[in-house]
Amino acid sequence: MAVTFSLPTVLARLADGQATIESTGTTLGDVVAEITGRYPRLAPRLRDETGGPYPFVTYYLNDEDIRFRNGFATPVGEGDEITVVAAIAGG
Amino acid sequence: MTTVLDPPSPAPSATRTGPRPLSLACKLCHARHPASASATCEECLGPLEPVYDSARPLPTAATIAARAPSLWRYREWLPFLDDAVVSLDSGFTPLIDAPALARRLGVARVWVKNDAVSHPSLSFKDRVVASALNAALGLGLGTVGCASTGNLANALAAQAARARLPAWIFIPHDLELGKVVGTAVYNPRLVRVRGNYDDVNRLCSQAADRYGWGLVNINLRGYYGEGSKTMAFEIAEQLGWRLPTAVVAPMAGGSLLTKLEKGFREFGEAGLVSGETPRLYGAQASGCAPIVDLVERGGETLVPVVPSTIARSIAIGNPADGRFAAGAIRRTGGWAAGVSEAALVAGIKLLAETTGVFTETAGGVTMAAALALADGGRLRPEDELVLCITGNGLKTVEALQGALPEAPLIGPRIRELEALYGRDL
Repeated sequence: MAVTFSLPTVLARLADGQATIESTGTTLGDVVAEITGRYPRLAPRLRDETGGPYPFVTYYLNDEDIRFRNGFATPVGEGDEITVVAAIAGG
Repeated sequence: MTTVLDPPSPAPSATRTGPRPLSLACKLCHARHPASASATCEECLGPLEPVYDSARPLPTAATIAARAPSLWRYREWLPFLDDAVVSLDSGFTPLIDAPALARRLGVARVWVKNDAVSHPSLSFKDRVVASALNAALGLGLGTVGCASTGNLANALAAQAARARLPAWIFIPHDLELGKVVGTAVYNPRLVRVRGNYDDVNRLCSQAADRYGWGLVNINLRGYYGEGSKTMAFEIAEQLGWRLPTAVVAPMAGGSLLTKLEKGFREFGEAGLVSGETPRLYGAQASGCAPIVDLVERGGETLVPVVPSTIARSIAIGNPADGRFAAGAIRRTGGWAAGVSEAALVAGIKLLAETTGVFTETAGGVTMAAALALADGGRLRPEDELVLCITGNGLKTVEALQGALPEAPLIGPRIRELEALYGRDL
């Protein structure tokens, strides 16, 4: 499935300045693995040491926080938009 | 195929017209960052906080007491190298003795820290906005904004209007009327967003990244949060330069708890007070209690929730400082309590009837949580307890619909009044 993966500026710097990346996969975890394969410096800021989502970013699949779905095991569909946002905000 | 990052469209910016903000450091990895409109560590994405010069001259209690009664009397603990230039008269709200509540809670003393009468917008958010607006001016930012559950919207709209700063204010679409009107009247760019606060917050995070605005609780968050410490400073000063043994405060994003701890600790380090940091107790509505859940469950991983409560001002399902608030509670030996909708309404009424303070729903949560903590044996007979009441009840009158007796209606005739009250008159 082809998806769009958007990064905040603080992370885009680790992806050669790419704020929007097109990727493929059947789950969000697949997509993250594909992208961190291309941009290894992103890996420690997208995944924690256990391979789960890094605690200081929040992932949205379209408009939904993936913690309300199935985390990295959440299936993705053609044309889905994945947005990564720094978690320290608001309140 | 990839898309190159669009250069952000910077907001119209002026040269620096405010105090120089302090530089920043990551709360987690301690990496240093220059003063900037950024709240996220470039190294680890942790939160940034201002760095104070530990050798700076500090005032005595007498010096502070002689200053104007505003939050700026504690300027040495606020994140600037120069004097503030706007919002100079916020802070220094009353601390009210509440003996009837002390009896009800079974403790030695209770005081209400009454930010329901905060100037200018009737909530504790005046404190954080005062700090953030000075940071915006000090960084030369021409536009400010926020994501808000209502009180912050009120505070930013009011203070930005006075400072003549354009403000983009984003709120959930279904806020209480009083909070919408109490924002719109100042004529900011008010935007209602379909969704809850967490949806608004996500949008604002992206907006701050793209437009270069100074969103006070997003990219100015490191400076903004420091304003909350002044609530702790005032409590200590108003108690006669000493600390209470326990404090109950509402939790939304969780920042207030962490800043209360920091404020009490800083006054101790400065030698202005002695003794242990008060036990900090956090209050949430059961319909949105992810921090209470974390405290009760233990561990470090906060599980977000979809909020469902009338306490909209604290309805944040994905609190940014949740794990840090839980840490402050654990370090100080406190606890947390979630309360039902009925209990929070009863809390509003109890606070009003016993102290003369009319608080909004978040204050009802705080009052009800204090009752729950007392009933659960978390408070001690010798406790000197402060309840942090953070907002005004006139903003959320909807919460009391059906909860108060209807006033009798009579004609302007003395016999009708006599019939109502009988021979007592």
